Amino acid sequence: MTYPEFISAHGPRLLDGTLVTIQQTILAALLAVLIALTFGMMKISPLRPVRALATVYIEIFRGTSLLVQLYWIFFVLPLFGLTIDKFTAGFVAVGMNLGAYGAEVVRGAIQSVPRGQWEAGVALNLSPARRMWRIILPQALVIMLPAWGNLMIEVLKGTALVAMISVADLMFAARQINGTTYLSAQVFGTALVIYYVLARFGITPFMRWLERFVARRMGRV
Amino acid sequence: MKQELTGYPLTLDGPDRPMIRFADVSKSYGDLQVLDRLNLDVAEGEMVTIIGPSGSGKTTVLRMLMTLETIDEGVIYVDGNPLTHMPKGDLLVPADRRHLRRERANIGMCFQHFNLFPHMTALENCTEGPIHVLGLSRDAARERAEELLEMVGLIDKRDEYPARLSGGQKQRVAIARALAMRPKVMLFDEVTSALDPEVTGEVTEVIRKLVGKHNLTMLMVTHQMGFARDISDRICFFHNGRIEEQGPPSELFGNPQSERTQQFLSAVNEAI
Repeated sequence: MTYPEFISAHGPRLLDGTLVTIQQTILAALLAVLIALTFGMMKISPLRPVRALATVYIEIFRGTSLLVQLYWIFFVLPLFGLTIDKFTAGFVAVGMNLGAYGAEVVRGAIQSVPRGQWEAGVALNLSPARRMWRIILPQALVIMLPAWGNLMIEVLKGTALVAMISVADLMFAARQINGTTYLSAQVFGTALVIYYVLARFGITPFMRWLERFVARRMGRV
Repeated sequence: MKQELTGYPLTLDGPDRPMIRFADVSKSYGDLQVLDRLNLDVAEGEMVTIIGPSGSGKTTVLRMLMTLETIDEGVIYVDGNPLTHMPKGDLLVPADRRHLRRERANIGMCFQHFNLFPHMTALENCTEGPIHVLGLSRDAARERAEELLEMVGLIDKRDEYPARLSGGQKQRVAIARALAMRPKVMLFDEVTSALDPEVTGEVTEVIRKLVGKHNLTMLMVTHQMGFARDISDRICFFHNGRIEEQGPPSELFGNPQSERTQQFLSAVNEAI
């Protein structure tokens, strides 16, 4: 079977899988950002228990395997009465895992906003919430965006694991095709290229655009 | 900070009460004593300048008033009310966040490094506080901000971001931003120290305009002796966390009594 024949026979399935991978990536990324902002800010709370909670979350989700976390969410939580469909379990696991990494990025960025900005916020008597939301976070965003570019690519690659709980993503489709055709080089080679293209021509340009967009809004240009 | 204070009044009353009072205020960082039982009164409408060698506690005084630093001992009053403490029964106890927020509304501050918000235009810098803290409508805040930007001579820069302003312009926007909160006390912390010498004048001109306006009380830390001499009602020379000597500019500069003051002033004069 030539490669064009392979593509015409299995291309549609790989395409369907790719669309699921894209959905998983977007949803996991949104969740990761939400979690990272929440736990990143908790990490610098003046309240010790709040900080401790954030530390526990970050350490657990960074310190253990994403695959094990995925199995926990999909196979073990139902034993405690919490059943989640596999599609949701997939992006939730990836989002929670990468969110833990992101929390450290958020914390670091917030703390590297110059002290003078916090002090100006106090001098204007802004409430702590408004100071964070209007003054600190917008500036932290500029600082943290390059690191998020990396994390987003990690999110994309992390979603390949959701195939292990039978979410019909790109990797799942590739494994199925391989199981019936044994054309390993073609099918995994194609999957490799698709993941690369998504990262290189999807995520990277998007993050670059976002960096430029934010820089413009920040009056840096 | 000590838990409860006795022996200090809960409020300052009477016609001659000061706008600012430091009563026995001490502060140390580890072994370093920054302020040593400081007592200082500033009257309403008075312009007081603090001078002294670096590390003498000048800036700390301003930062305490802005509640950016805590104090170890003593109490600070602003406009008759305790700032660092609040009354509880007959005692003064350390202020909680709500008390600090209420009392520091009396105070505005300009910093050495401006600390403008880089993601907001000059105008937005000046409307942020009035809208979100004072609760002014957007129109009212805008009107107030434009009036102040006009006063500092930057109305044509209102839509520029700080990155496109010169140092002197940034500091003038910062002054407008602080004044937009209508403080009773303005603090100027080495506001010309980060500027090129040829533009310090545009900032000092603005401060000069404020003297005697709206009964504004001003406390300034500066190394510009000529400027301090020109506009201050009183000069305080700080040394080792204490006021070594104070008086009207003509006396302090013209006839300093303390040896420390003489040394400092002659060193400053030589540097010029």
